[in-house]
Amino acid sequence: MANKGKPQIDRERCKGCLLCVRACPTKVLAASGEPNSWGYYPSEAVAPDKCIACGNCYTVCPDVAITVYKL
Amino acid sequence: MPDDKRLMKGNEAIGEAAIRAGCRAYFGYPITPQNELTAYMAKHMLARKRTFIQAESEVSAINMVYGAAATGARSMTSSSSPGISLKQEGISYACGADLPMVIVNVARSGPGLGGISPSQGDYFQSTRGGGHGDYYHLVLAPKSVQEAADLTYEAFDLADRWRMPVMILADGLIGQMMEGVVLPPERDLASLPRKGWAAGHQADTHRPNNHVTSINLVPAELEALNRKRFARYDEIKSSELRFEEVNVEKADLVFVAYGTSARVCLGAMEAAKRAGLELGLFRPISLWPFPHARLAELAAKGKRFLSVEMSMGQMVEDVRLAVEGKAPVDFYGRCGGVVPTEEEVLAEARRLLGK
Amino acid sequence: MELAYGHPKSLKPVQSKYCPGCGHGVIHRLIAEVIDELALQERSVITNPVGCSIWADLYFDFDSVQPAHGRTPAASTGVKRMLPDHLVICYQGDGDLAAIGTAEIIHAANRGEKFTTIFVNNAIYGMTGGQMAPTTLVGQKATTAPEGRDPAEAGMGYPIRVCELLATLGGTKYLARGAVNNAANVRKTKQYIKKAFEAQMRGEGFTMVEVLSPCPTNWQMQPVEAEEWLEKNMIPFYPLGEIKNELGGAETKEAAK
Repeated sequence: MANKGKPQIDRERCKGCLLCVRACPTKVLAASGEPNSWGYYPSEAVAPDKCIACGNCYTVCPDVAITVYKL
Repeated sequence: MPDDKRLMKGNEAIGEAAIRAGCRAYFGYPITPQNELTAYMAKHMLARKRTFIQAESEVSAINMVYGAAATGARSMTSSSSPGISLKQEGISYACGADLPMVIVNVARSGPGLGGISPSQGDYFQSTRGGGHGDYYHLVLAPKSVQEAADLTYEAFDLADRWRMPVMILADGLIGQMMEGVVLPPERDLASLPRKGWAAGHQADTHRPNNHVTSINLVPAELEALNRKRFARYDEIKSSELRFEEVNVEKADLVFVAYGTSARVCLGAMEAAKRAGLELGLFRPISLWPFPHARLAELAAKGKRFLSVEMSMGQMVEDVRLAVEGKAPVDFYGRCGGVVPTEEEVLAEARRLLGK
Repeated sequence: MELAYGHPKSLKPVQSKYCPGCGHGVIHRLIAEVIDELALQERSVITNPVGCSIWADLYFDFDSVQPAHGRTPAASTGVKRMLPDHLVICYQGDGDLAAIGTAEIIHAANRGEKFTTIFVNNAIYGMTGGQMAPTTLVGQKATTAPEGRDPAEAGMGYPIRVCELLATLGGTKYLARGAVNNAANVRKTKQYIKKAFEAQMRGEGFTMVEVLSPCPTNWQMQPVEAEEWLEKNMIPFYPLGEIKNELGGAETKEAAK
């Protein structure tokens, strides 16, 4: 049974570069429809249950805006 | 028990004095007429397991000094006029980051490649801040091998005390000639004060991070930093002035000269005395801070001044600034590496005095 | 719930000034992760010059020394010689290292200076707004190469492969080139950085990790597009991998057995 994980994205720290969206193998993430205070549209977990805690999102994030937990 | 007197070349006495002052890192590059200094440091720094690097350029050398100084270590470089020009950017950064270091300029004639004979044509560059931005640093001008050693030795303490580069402005003659010198005692490296602002050794005290830097993009903050530094400059102006006066009270005409030119003036004065003519010498040793106030006092006493330099006239402007028109200030100079003779200097004094 | 991937200690938890999708942020994190793993936070000094990385000392949670543009290897030489037991990181961009600072990097490498250079190659001048860099590819556009870098007609020269250039120097012991354009390459780059830092702490001579890094703003692309552009254009010209590895350290001896 694959790992189960949970990405936690700091909406304010995220600059909406969406590199994590590209890196996620199971399409958990996508751009949010709501901008943060900077005006960036941060990434958010649209399909959190698909997260396998691989950490790709954390690995490519230039702003360390993502924390990943293993469930 | 201080050392006994020995015969030493100026360049080498400067090197030995620096080592005794606790210089831990020297970075140099070949350039006449200071090569013996670099060679001396190679031999004696390596022998003492201290850092010696012949850098790939004077630009690199000054930035190596910057790096070493940033850790709080006593560091030094030496060069001659063209090489000192290459270091000006680094010196501006060192002043902007308040880094202590010692820089020795064994000046040669310019501009451009110029010549390798002695000159005082770097006065403006040294005393006005030769790089970009508002800054100054101590400039000390020796006139003998003994004084070159003493000032170099003291320069390390001054640099640490005032957190700035200190320049020893000698010239090719002082660097190349040999004279008797008594060298100062060896400083114990462990006794040197550790600098709380320096980079490194965080583990010892778990102190907050130190950032050695000169950047600040907030204009008001950068201004405040500069003003704070200039307040320190004012302290230096009141406490680090150095000059020598010879026979000034009795003289009508007072030579104003530093380094090698001052020696020539002393010779002219002796010849004048034999001919019953009283001349005096006012010799700045600290070129920055410049002894304006004392000159102004002498001007008020009715002296007249003849600035004698190995240049087309640079220090003379500071003399005029000091005297503010209250007394005549004339200039006599040779350049291109020509050292003026006592006879021609005396002849000029006589011409001005009409005697 | 157990933390799997969290913020490294040696990096301050603040938002950086770097543009969205900029590779600097990833590289900073990798450096901080390795420093945490080697427990060197209080014995690290970064030298970060002019270029986008001038902000690095706002983010790394340890001492920094800021040299003049291009003089980073010279300043790092001074720092490392005075602090031989510290980890000294000479963090440079392509303008700093391969343009104004070419003499400094070549001679520091040739002297075998025992610091580690992290060379961020984004094929453009970032901080100053997109000028041609020594690593700009032929045909790649920049504000100072409006029609694209043109070595023949306009005499703009050719992109410089720094690792290969320095590999000829006796003082270089470890030269690797990574990239941060996808998770796999980021992980590989971290291994190179760790290997270089460990070699430095063993005092093995000059080590460098060149990292191909996207600059979306000055490439005038979206971050995701910039990662793809890097893959298609930079990696073929700047091959990834360990260009030179003469480390005598434990693993190599193991491997050599």
